[in-house]
Amino acid sequence: MRYVVAKDSREAVALLNTGENARLLAGGTDVLVQMKLGNKAPSLLVDIKAIIGFSDISAENGGFRIGAAVSGAEMGEHAGLKAMWPGVVEAVELIGSTQVQGRATMVGNLCNGSPAADAVPAMLAAGAVARIEGPSGTRDMQVADLLEGPGKTKLGKAELISSVYLPARPERSGDAYLRFIPRTEMDIAVASAGVNLVLDENGCVLEATVALGAVAPTAVMVPNAGAALVGSPLEEQALEACAAACEAACNPIDDKRGTVEFRTKIAGVMATRAAKIAYTRAGGQL
Amino acid sequence: MKQDFKILGTRPIRPDGLDKVTGKAMFGSDKSVTGMLHARILRSPHAHAEIVSIDTSKAEALAGVKAVITGDDFADVENRWARYTMQNCMAQGRALYDGHAVAAVAAISKTVAAEALKLIEVEYKILPHVTDVDEAMAPGAPVLHEGVKARKLGDDVSGNTVGYYSFGHGDIEAGFANAELVIDRTFKTAAVHQGYIEPHGCLADLGGDGRGELWCSTQGHYMVREVCSEILGIDSSQLRVTASEIGGGFGGKTTVFIEPVALKLSQKAGKPVKLVMSREEVFRASGPTMSASMDIKIGMTKAGKITGAHAKLRYQGGAFPYQMVMMGAMSAFAAYDLEHVQAEGWDVMTNRPKMISYRAPGAPMAVYAVESVMDELCQKLELDPIDTRLMNAAREGTKSSYGPTFKAIGLVEALEAAKAHPHYSAPLAPNTGRGVSCGFWFNFGGQVSVSMAINADGTVNLIEGNPDIGGSRASISMMAAEALGIEYDRIRTIVGDTASVGFSDVTDGSRVTFAVGIATINAANAAIKEMCKRAAKIWEIDAEAVEWVDGAAQPSGHNAGNFPPMSLAEIAATSGKTGGPIAGHHEGAPDKAGVSFGVHMVDVEVDPETGFTSIKRYTAFQDVGKAIHPAYVEGQIQGGAVQGIGWALNEEYIYGEDGLLQNPGFLDYRIPVASDLPMIDAVIIEVPNPGHPYGVRGCGETAIVPPLAAVSNGVAQAIGVRMFELPMSPPKILKAL
Repeated sequence: MRYVVAKDSREAVALLNTGENARLLAGGTDVLVQMKLGNKAPSLLVDIKAIIGFSDISAENGGFRIGAAVSGAEMGEHAGLKAMWPGVVEAVELIGSTQVQGRATMVGNLCNGSPAADAVPAMLAAGAVARIEGPSGTRDMQVADLLEGPGKTKLGKAELISSVYLPARPERSGDAYLRFIPRTEMDIAVASAGVNLVLDENGCVLEATVALGAVAPTAVMVPNAGAALVGSPLEEQALEACAAACEAACNPIDDKRGTVEFRTKIAGVMATRAAKIAYTRAGGQL
Repeated sequence: MKQDFKILGTRPIRPDGLDKVTGKAMFGSDKSVTGMLHARILRSPHAHAEIVSIDTSKAEALAGVKAVITGDDFADVENRWARYTMQNCMAQGRALYDGHAVAAVAAISKTVAAEALKLIEVEYKILPHVTDVDEAMAPGAPVLHEGVKARKLGDDVSGNTVGYYSFGHGDIEAGFANAELVIDRTFKTAAVHQGYIEPHGCLADLGGDGRGELWCSTQGHYMVREVCSEILGIDSSQLRVTASEIGGGFGGKTTVFIEPVALKLSQKAGKPVKLVMSREEVFRASGPTMSASMDIKIGMTKAGKITGAHAKLRYQGGAFPYQMVMMGAMSAFAAYDLEHVQAEGWDVMTNRPKMISYRAPGAPMAVYAVESVMDELCQKLELDPIDTRLMNAAREGTKSSYGPTFKAIGLVEALEAAKAHPHYSAPLAPNTGRGVSCGFWFNFGGQVSVSMAINADGTVNLIEGNPDIGGSRASISMMAAEALGIEYDRIRTIVGDTASVGFSDVTDGSRVTFAVGIATINAANAAIKEMCKRAAKIWEIDAEAVEWVDGAAQPSGHNAGNFPPMSLAEIAATSGKTGGPIAGHHEGAPDKAGVSFGVHMVDVEVDPETGFTSIKRYTAFQDVGKAIHPAYVEGQIQGGAVQGIGWALNEEYIYGEDGLLQNPGFLDYRIPVASDLPMIDAVIIEVPNPGHPYGVRGCGETAIVPPLAAVSNGVAQAIGVRMFELPMSPPKILKAL
C-alpha cells in the first residue's frame, strides 16, 4: 500500500484518478478502522490534511466555510461558528470520543455515507453546500443532493469534497440537533433530527427546516415537518403535527439497534425536542 | 478475633498503580521475544456445521507461514472436561457455534498469518442449530452432544439438558396453601459478557524437548498449566506459566481459549508463538455467561411473611456440557429464612460459545427473578420493601435454602443500614422510581500457597500464586504488615510463576483476600516463630519465653529475662550469624469463607417518550466482614453495581435466525460508559467472618447480584408496568408503555 500526502487538490484528484484502489485520508476515523477490520484494503491512501485551506474555518459572505480536514474539536473551539450554527457544531461534536474528536471531520462524516451520520441531518437543516473538486474542475452542490444510499454519495469518479459552506443567517434564527442512542455517548444514532428555525418579531416560526437521520437509506429532509411549524409559536398542536410528519417520512429498517416501530416513534420525538431547542436559540420564549 | 488494627482499614497507594498509569505494566499481549511468530485463528462462520474437510496446503505453501494446525493435530485426552476445553479451543469434526475455531496459523507476521487464513479451504455441511434455552431443552431440538443428558431426566426434555439440581426443604404446596397472595411469573435474561478491556493474549514457547514457557493473561496460571499440559501431553513440571498483569477477568479468564493453540503451533513450528484475540474474537469465542428462562412462584401473608417459594431455572451455557445452574438454584432464595422452599435448575447446551464464570456465576439472574416477585408482592400488598425483607431475612442460625446453617452474616445489618440511609427517604422526581434488591454470594476458600522471606535489611518479600485482579497485592501486603507488626511499604508482594511457589487455585469465588490472607498470616506466624527463636538464641533464653509484640521480639515476662525488645529489622540484620535466612511459608486449603450479602437501592428515571432509563442515584450496602483496603472494597462494590446495571439495561448477545452473533463488538454490545452513571455510593458493613483471623469475607462478587432486580423494580415503579425480560432496552420499555 502506498501513502501519499497531497500538496493540493489537483494532485489529490490526480491520485484518485490513477485507477488504483485509492482512498482519501483526512481524520481517518472511518477508513483506518475499516482497514483494521479487514473490510477495506486500499492500495493507495491519499492524505489531504496538508492541502492549504483544508484545515481552515473561514468567514465568507456572512457564513463559514469549513475545510475537509477540520476536526470536530476545532469546530467546537470556534466561537463564531458555534454562535451561528450551534446545531451543526453539536452534531459534529457527538461523533466518537474525545480522542476521536481530535481527528474526525464533518466532511468525512458526510463522505462515509452512513444513514446514521450525525453531522448530515444538521447540515441538511442548515442548507449546507459542499464544494467539490474533480477532474473537470470545481463545483458546488447542496449537501442534500449529494446523498445516495448506505455507504454511497453522488460524488463522481475521482471527486472529493474540499469544504462545506454554512450560509449566513438572518436575525432570530437557531438550529439544533438531537439523536437517540441507548446510552449517553459513544454510540450510533438509532434516530436523529436536525432542525433549523427562523422566527418573526412575534416569536412565530417564519421558516423551518427539519431533517432526519437513521430512519431511511439516507438522511432525509422532511418538508411537511417544517411546514407544520411555520406560523406557530411552537405550541403543542404544531409540534404534534411536526412529529406526525416525521413519522410519515420514516422508512427505517428493523435491526439490532432498533425496530421500525421504535425508530419511527423516536424520530418524531427527537424532531420536536430539537425544534424546541432551536426555537429557544433563536430567541423564542417557550 | 483481632479487632484493633494498625494497617487494616487504611488506604495505602496501590503497588501496581504507577506501572499501570504509565503504560509500563506488561499485559498478555505485551511480551515479545526474538524470532517469535504471530498466530491467527480461522473461525466457523456457521452456527452448527460438520467439518467435512479442511485443506491447509495452500496456506502452508505461502511464504512466511511456519505452521498450520487443525483439530486433527490434537490427540484425544482422557479427562472429559479437559477434552471439552480442548475441543472448544479447536473444533474436532463439528463446528458448534459461530466463531468456533477450526484452524490456526503461525507466520512471520500478523499480515502473513491473516493472508494464510484466507487460503485455508474448509468444506462445511450445515447442521440444524439452536440458540434459545427453551427451544434447546424441548424434545426434538438439535442435540449438541449425544450421551451427556443428565441422569434421572425423562423424555420431556431434550438431550441438551446436561444438568438437573434441586435444593430446598419443607413442603412448598403446603406453603402456598398458607399464603394470602401467590405470584407466579416467568422471566428471561440475555447472555452477557464479562467485558474485560484486555482481550486474551499469550506468548507460548514449547520446544522439542517438551519444556515449555507460557506467558498469558489469566486468572489462574496453575489452572492454565494443568489444562495445557494435559491437552499437550506433557508433564506439568515442564510447563512454566507466568501470569501477566491482567486487564480484567471477572471470571472470564478462569479457563483457556487460545493457550493450547499457541503451544501446539509453537511445538509444530519450533519457535515462540504470540497469539492475541481481537475484540470480535473475544465476543464470538470466549465465554459469556448463561442466558436464562425462569419461573418464580412465591406465596406471602398479608403481613409480609413468605409462606412458600419455588424457582425453576433453565440456563443455557453454550456448546459443551457445563455445571453452573446449581449456583443459581442455591442462590435464588439464600437471603430468606423459609420453611417451605424449593429451587430447581436445568443446565442446557446450545449452539453458542461455551459459557464461563462471570462474577457470582449463576446468581444474578436467579436473584433478579426472585427479587422482582418479592417487589411485586410488596407492591400488591402495600408493604414496605425493606421491612418485608427484614421480616423474612436470613440471619445467624437460619437453615439456608440450599442446606447449610448460616453462621454470623450481615444481611439484617445491610437492610437496616439501607432503611436508615437518607437515600431511602429522599423525595422522588416525576417519571422516577426507586428499586431495592438483596443479593448473595457464597465466596470460596480453596488451595493456596504463600512464601515469605525476611530480608537482612528488615524488608519482606512475599510470593503468592494468585493473579491480582482486584488489588490483592496491596491487601496481602497489608495483612502481612499487620501480622508482622511492620510498615506496609516494607513489604513487596508478587505473583509468582508456576515454578516459584506451590499450587494455588484460580483467582475466583472472591477467595483471594480470604484464602491468601490466611496463608499470609500463617506464613508470617511461621517467620515470627523463627524470629523469636533467633532472639532467644541471642538472649540465651528459652524460645518459649519470647513473644512477638508490635513488630519485635520481647521476653514474655520479667521471669523470662530483662532485655529490650528486638525488632524485626534487628533480628533480620544478624540472621546470617544466628542460623541463616529467615522465611515463612504456608500451604493449605481454608474452607471457612463467609458468605456475603448486599442490598442495593437505585433511583431510575424513565423517559416516557423514548423508553430511555437513566440511573439518577445508586447506593450499595454490603457486608464484607472486614475491609482490608476500603478503597479497593468500594471499587469492587461499585464495579459490580455497574456491571449489573449494564446487564439490566442494555447488554445482550443478539442472535439472528441464522444462529450468528450480530453484535460482536463494544458498539452494539453496550456496556455502560462513565457518563451513563452517577457516582455509586458504596456503604461498607463489617460483620466479621468467624472463619478468618481478621474477619475477612470475599467481597468481589456479591455486588453484581442485586442491581438487576433493583433497576427493574425501579423501572416498574417509574412507569407503572413491570418488565419480565432483561435487558430493558429502550425499545422494549417504550413498547410496554
